[in-house]
Amino acid sequence: MSAHSITEPSGRSKWVAGTLVITYALITMIPLAWIMLTGFKSPADAISYPPKVVFEPTLEGYVNLFTTRTRQTDDFLAANPPENWADEIVRQYDMVIVGPSKFGERFFNSVIIGFGSTFLSIFLGTLAAYAFSRFKIPLADDLLFFILSTRMMPPIAVAIPIFLMYRNLGLSDTHLGMILLYTAVNISLAVWLLKGFIDEIPREYEEAALIDGYTRFQAFYKVVLPQAATGIASTAIFCLIFAWNEYAFAVLLTSATAQTAPPFIPTIIGVGGLDWPAVAAGATIFLLPVMIFTILLRKHLLRGITFGAVRK
Amino acid sequence: MAEIVIKNVRKEFGDFVAVRESSFTVEDGEFFMLLGPSGCGKTTTLRMIAGLELPTSGEIYLDGEEIGQRPPSERDIAFVFQMFALYPHMNVYRNLSYPLVSQGMPRAQVRAKVDEVATILGIKDILKKPVGGLSGGDRQRVALGRAIVREPKAFMMDEPLGALDAEFREHMAEELRALHDRMGATTVYVTHDQLEAMQMGDKIVVMNNAVVEQFGTPQEIYDKPATMFVANFIGSPSMNFLNFQGQVAAGSNSVMLEGTELGVPVLRDGASGELVFGVRPEHITLNDTGAYRGKVIATEYLGTTQIVTLNTPNGDLKARIASDQPATVGETVGMDFNPGTITLFDRGTGHALRSALNEGVLAHG
Repeated sequence: MSAHSITEPSGRSKWVAGTLVITYALITMIPLAWIMLTGFKSPADAISYPPKVVFEPTLEGYVNLFTTRTRQTDDFLAANPPENWADEIVRQYDMVIVGPSKFGERFFNSVIIGFGSTFLSIFLGTLAAYAFSRFKIPLADDLLFFILSTRMMPPIAVAIPIFLMYRNLGLSDTHLGMILLYTAVNISLAVWLLKGFIDEIPREYEEAALIDGYTRFQAFYKVVLPQAATGIASTAIFCLIFAWNEYAFAVLLTSATAQTAPPFIPTIIGVGGLDWPAVAAGATIFLLPVMIFTILLRKHLLRGITFGAVRK
Repeated sequence: MAEIVIKNVRKEFGDFVAVRESSFTVEDGEFFMLLGPSGCGKTTTLRMIAGLELPTSGEIYLDGEEIGQRPPSERDIAFVFQMFALYPHMNVYRNLSYPLVSQGMPRAQVRAKVDEVATILGIKDILKKPVGGLSGGDRQRVALGRAIVREPKAFMMDEPLGALDAEFREHMAEELRALHDRMGATTVYVTHDQLEAMQMGDKIVVMNNAVVEQFGTPQEIYDKPATMFVANFIGSPSMNFLNFQGQVAAGSNSVMLEGTELGVPVLRDGASGELVFGVRPEHITLNDTGAYRGKVIATEYLGTTQIVTLNTPNGDLKARIASDQPATVGETVGMDFNPGTITLFDRGTGHALRSALNEGVLAHG
């Protein structure tokens, strides 16, 4: 028997805690697992009731997601044997692949708009947060409150004015328009979060750099930014998640050139209605970038959330 | 290395006056202490010399050049922070080389210079370590190293020993003083610890409530305090103040306390009203015959000496006497005061009256 310790949890409480965490994780992962599995089902399996847990996997959903297909006559099909495995899959519905779908384009729009607005929010947010944290700004408290107040209503509440404004400014259905819009929504979060992080960085570091012969901007760039990396990373994740998943504005303001993936995915029509496996495949692929981004910055995120809780 | 002249410098933060028209001179190569209780303006003064704060008015001269409104990077002054402020994302070597890199010094030269400084400070073996895991003493040495590596005109130190534990402070204070003597660099050092100031400083400025109270060598400040604040702040136990009502004339060399005539240095100023007779504990001797008498109310044994607290008609006072001299609580004894060491103060203004003892010193202030 090891000596009893006050701070170290006992074996049993560790076991109970572990079980609870795993159970909770399983429950929250069920919808995700459902979507991912549905992406590999055939349309019939996808809508069968009771739901099939065991099924024969197929890439049909993914093929349908990435391609456009047309129905062909038996003669045509007989004259043109399938060229590859994807072709073979669509032949079972008497169809042939005629080209790529718009999914790739929409996904790429999401990447540009999502990461673009995240970058812009972080860039502007860091500079503003630094200024609020370090300089004497007249009415600083009122300005900060004003910045926060932009989040005091759901963004969609101002959808109609924005819609009209964008139409007049020629920003409707443009990448720039969507980047600016998501940046405007995210910037208050970025300023407030980052100000908290920068406030925690002692001024002496910058002062030391100033004394060491650097300008204010060099001190900011070389000393403050590396210190704020944790805060910047976690803020970036929050900004990206919002911009990536945003649906309402994307439906309202984009239709062709700048349409992002969220409004596109539910419109994938297959044989006899919505093509659920293709929708699920789209959702799965759509999840990946945010997931990878979050996993890459996971260490920072965890530190970011608990940052400043304990005085070092 | 350089002389620093502070001339009528004033600093306001909004409505708050941190430093009121202050003037003093730090001579070339001096180890100069800025001493005072917290909030007295000493750190603000230091930061103004370094350029981290700009004075509201007044001038600061470094080597004859007015630098009061210049950014810190153009002043060639190094600063050691109380919390060291080592760049946490860099290792020791990069911390030390950072000020040199900013000057665009070639890599090989930087390496040689850092090596030299690391040898002086005895930190060669930790150059590759991150600063996060260093002990307090090593952090202190790295902070000093970062300051001396570029051979600035002057060093500013803001309570650099404040973050160290008591035992190590003593050692570091010696190390610091030795380093200063070796380099002969003009150093301005902020502290609230009067012992540290006396022990290390060539000269001391005592500040209180945003004003310079006195400026001089440790001996001058201890023996010839210009104000009651200085007399009280310096020394442990501090100077005794015996309050009395009376009148003194310029040229006289005694005062009357409770009917007893006590000798003082020949006065240059006359005064009347509420006055204070100031005497250091070690300048009091106890005897059976002295005309001025008091009752022993406590004794503290300190090894070679003891502190005896006496109740007198003009207030309590503490005398430092040899510990083998008998002093019994409850006993009434006579006291003699060494007349050449007495300072008289005007209770209303807190200022010392000029006398043969302090006339040269008070001219400063």
